Amino acid sequence: MEEIVQAAAYLGAGLAMGLGAIGPGIGEGFVGGKACEAIGKKPNEAGLLTRTMLVGQAVSESTGIYSLVIALLLLFVV
Amino acid sequence: MSVAETIELASYVGAGLCIGFGAIGAALGEGYTAGLANAAISQKASKSREIVKNMLVGQAIAESAAIFALVIAIMLVFMNFPAETLLGAASLLGAGICMGLGAIGSGVGAGLPGGQACMGIANQPEMAGKLTTNMLIGSAVCQTPAIFSMVIALMLMFLSFDHLPLQPTWAALIGAGICMGFGAIGSGAGSGFPAGRACEGIARQPAVAGKVTTNMLIGSAVCQTPAIFSMVVALMLLFLRFEHLPLGIAWAALIGAGASTGLAAIGSGYGGGMAAGSGCAGIARNPDSLGPVTTSMLVGQAVTQTPSIFGLLVSFILMFKAFPETAGLAAAMAPLSAGICMGFGGIGSGVGNGYTAESAVLWIGRNAEASGILTRTMLVGQAISQSTAIYAMVVSLVLVFVV
Repeated sequence: MEEIVQAAAYLGAGLAMGLGAIGPGIGEGFVGGKACEAIGKKPNEAGLLTRTMLVGQAVSESTGIYSLVIALLLLFVV
Repeated sequence: MSVAETIELASYVGAGLCIGFGAIGAALGEGYTAGLANAAISQKASKSREIVKNMLVGQAIAESAAIFALVIAIMLVFMNFPAETLLGAASLLGAGICMGLGAIGSGVGAGLPGGQACMGIANQPEMAGKLTTNMLIGSAVCQTPAIFSMVIALMLMFLSFDHLPLQPTWAALIGAGICMGFGAIGSGAGSGFPAGRACEGIARQPAVAGKVTTNMLIGSAVCQTPAIFSMVVALMLLFLRFEHLPLGIAWAALIGAGASTGLAAIGSGYGGGMAAGSGCAGIARNPDSLGPVTTSMLVGQAVTQTPSIFGLLVSFILMFKAFPETAGLAAAMAPLSAGICMGFGGIGSGVGNGYTAESAVLWIGRNAEASGILTRTMLVGQAISQSTAIYAMVVSLVLVFVV
């Protein structure tokens, strides 16, 4: 039984991080794309736009970090 | 159930998966072509003959991926395979999965140039010949990943594996099918973007048709990289022997190795195509920006390949690491999970990097003076969207080396 639980924890960790990484990856890329578009239109505002991009990406990163936390919990704590 | 019955069962299931998955992409691609052909005819009804002719040629090419899948499915149903061990069942199932999944991307991708060429003929009827030629070149390149898949599927069907031990060869054969099948999706769909945007661009700026076609070929060649990685891993799984892997773990490590490169290649192939597409659009809009646009397109595409390189790395580790000899289920689940984790984890970052590169390249084309700041922003944005793929790699490496 112990063995099956451990195996499930490993599989769960892989699925959590693997599937959890899809959304933030696409989302952050979309933010980056829109920031490039905006800088292309208004190069003088590059500083402000880059800052906004970084803040937006940091927030959309959060679900990836949740996945990482759960994966590490499954690997080392459970 | 006897061995012969199991092989027969596997070939029928493989045939179903093959044409079932394989029909998805071509249908979507042809529908897109026909949709834009209708839009084009409504715009210029007097050219409906040329447009319909171009639509049919474009659809025929998009169809070819599904035809490959149909041929393999018919062979799986009707041919008698000489295999005498259960490895025959694994290889036929793997062949069906490989060709079925592998046809999806090429079908979708080849639809884009077909549709855009129809629109282009409506806008610039005198360019019809050049547009059809460019469409044919572009959609032929889109078929490359489906052809890779067909090669691997035919090898799985016709090479004899009977002299090899059942453990772990069955997993290597299924793993090869999964790897090449998934690995073809992104590159096939992605190389549709440069082809479609090039047709659009030639209609807009007929004078630079040659430059746009050249850029399309460069961009779509780079798009094939993840599919080539997948083919390399699939061939290694077919032809290397994995006697160094302990039997309890070997099956999981080999299926994980296939899943890692195959799945991670989806995002990189698709994203690389987005960058290449806007390279073609940028040159067509502003031919003077050829230099900075091509450079930023290649840089953007190169960064977009990173997740598939992570996938390749994890596959190599899973194939060649000296795992300790243990029998437990948990010890086997760790390498399998590592492969799945890196595979899925690479998809999002690849697509995301493509989004960023697409916009940056497009705007460098429109505003070449800002190319410095745009390239810098692109690289920062891509690096951040890479982070989740890096998390996935960290978790994979922990699964392989730590737990």
